Amino acid sequence: MPGKPLQVFISVIRRELLLAIRHGADSCMIVSFFLIVVILFLLGVGPEPGILSRISAGIIWVSALLSVMLSMDRLFQPDYEDGSLDLLILSSLPLELIVLAKIFSHWLTTGFPLIIISPLLALFLNMGTPGYSTLLIALVLGTPTLSLVGAIGAALILGARRSGVLLSVLILPLFIPIMIFGVSAVDAALTNVSSKPPLLMLGALLLTALVLCPWASAAALRQAAE
Amino acid sequence: MTSFSGKKLTCVRSGRIVFTSLNFMISQGEVLYLKGPNGSGKSTLLRLMAGILRPSNGALTWNNNDIHDDEGLFRSRVHYVGHQDAIKAGLTVEENIRFWVEMNYCMKEKYSIQTALKVFSLDNLSTLPARFLSAGQRKRLNLARLSATYAPLWLLDEPTNSLDSDSVRILSRAISDHQQNGGMVAIATHEDLDLKDNVLNLSEFTNLRAPPQGYNAW
Repeated sequence: MPGKPLQVFISVIRRELLLAIRHGADSCMIVSFFLIVVILFLLGVGPEPGILSRISAGIIWVSALLSVMLSMDRLFQPDYEDGSLDLLILSSLPLELIVLAKIFSHWLTTGFPLIIISPLLALFLNMGTPGYSTLLIALVLGTPTLSLVGAIGAALILGARRSGVLLSVLILPLFIPIMIFGVSAVDAALTNVSSKPPLLMLGALLLTALVLCPWASAAALRQAAE
Repeated sequence: MTSFSGKKLTCVRSGRIVFTSLNFMISQGEVLYLKGPNGSGKSTLLRLMAGILRPSNGALTWNNNDIHDDEGLFRSRVHYVGHQDAIKAGLTVEENIRFWVEMNYCMKEKYSIQTALKVFSLDNLSTLPARFLSAGQRKRLNLARLSATYAPLWLLDEPTNSLDSDSVRILSRAISDHQQNGGMVAIATHEDLDLKDNVLNLSEFTNLRAPPQGYNAW
C-alpha cells in the first residue's frame, strides 16, 4: 500500500481542528479562564501601577500555565472514552506522529488564542512597552512546550480516578522551568538587559520537548489501551 | 496460502490468568468463532490478536512471521471493531468514516465511502451529525469501516450488539462476501450468524483459579 504519512498527519490535524470548531465553546472557555485569572490577580493585588507592572509577566505566565493545564484533559480523554484510541493505535501512521499532530492542533486551539489575547492583558497590567514583543516571543516559544509536556500527563492519567487533580500534580511541576525562563525573558527586556539567553533556553526546551514528549505520550497511551 | 495463528498464548490481566496455552489458526477464507461465557476472555483475545495487548507468553504469527516484527505492516492488515464505536458526536456520519478511511492511507476513494455507507444503509444519513444516531446506527457506522477499506483480517467483538435483524443479515452477508474473497474473520458473538466454521471455545483454556495469596490487584 502506498505510504502517505504526511497526508494522514494532515488529516489528523484537520479532524482535531474541525472538532475544536464544532465544540467552539471549549476554546472560548480556556481564553475566558485566562482572562478571569488575570483579572482576579488585578483585583486581588490592587490598582497600584508600580506593583502590577513589576509582576505582570509572572501573572500572565501563571495564568497561561493554569489555562493550558485545564485544557489538557480534552487532548486524549475523549478518544480514550469513545474507543477511538484503539483505532488510532491500529492506524497506519505511527502513534508518536498522531500524538504530535494532536498536540499541534491542541496548541493551535488553546495556546495560540492565549498568545493573541496576551498583549491586551499586558496592557491591563501596565507592563512596560519594551516587554510586549519579548512576551509574545516567549509565549510563542513557551506555550507549545506546555502543550507537549502536558500531553505526557494527559496520557498518563487516562483511566485514573480524580484525574483533574492528579493531572495538575503531575504536570504543573514540569511547567516550572518554562515559566522561569518565560518570566525572566520579559523581566530582562523591561530592565534593559538582553533577553536573548532566556529566550534561547525556551527554544531549547521546545526542541527537546518536541523530540521526547510525543514518544513518551505514545508509550503512555499504549499502556492505557492495555 | 495466508494464515494467521496463535500458539501457546497466555494472557495475564491484573495478576489473574485469563487463558493459557491457547492455540488458534485462521486460514484464508475462514471464520473463527470465539465462544465462551462472559468473562472468559473473548474480548481480551481479540485485542491480543489486534496487537493492542501483548501476550504474556506465546506468539501470534502471520504466515509464520511474528506480528510484532513489523507492526506497521500487520496493522494495515487488520480491521478491529470493538465494543465502543469510536464515533465523534461533533462530526457528521460521512466525516466520521472518512477520517478512519484516511487513517488507513486510502485517500482517493470518495466512492468507497459512499458504497460502504450504502451497504450498511446509512447513505441517507451521511450529512447528519453523529450525535443524533441511535445505538444501532452507531454500530452500523462503525461496521461500515469494514467495507470502506480492505483489510484481510477482521476482528469483530460482539458486532451484533444493538443491531436489528435486518442489520444482522447485512453483517453476515458482508462477512460471507469477505470470506469468499479470501478474507479471514475472528468473531466473538452470542448470535447465530449461520456461518458454519471453526469454533474456539475459550472456556477450555480459561483458568478460573483465584489470584495467588497475598496478591493485591489494587
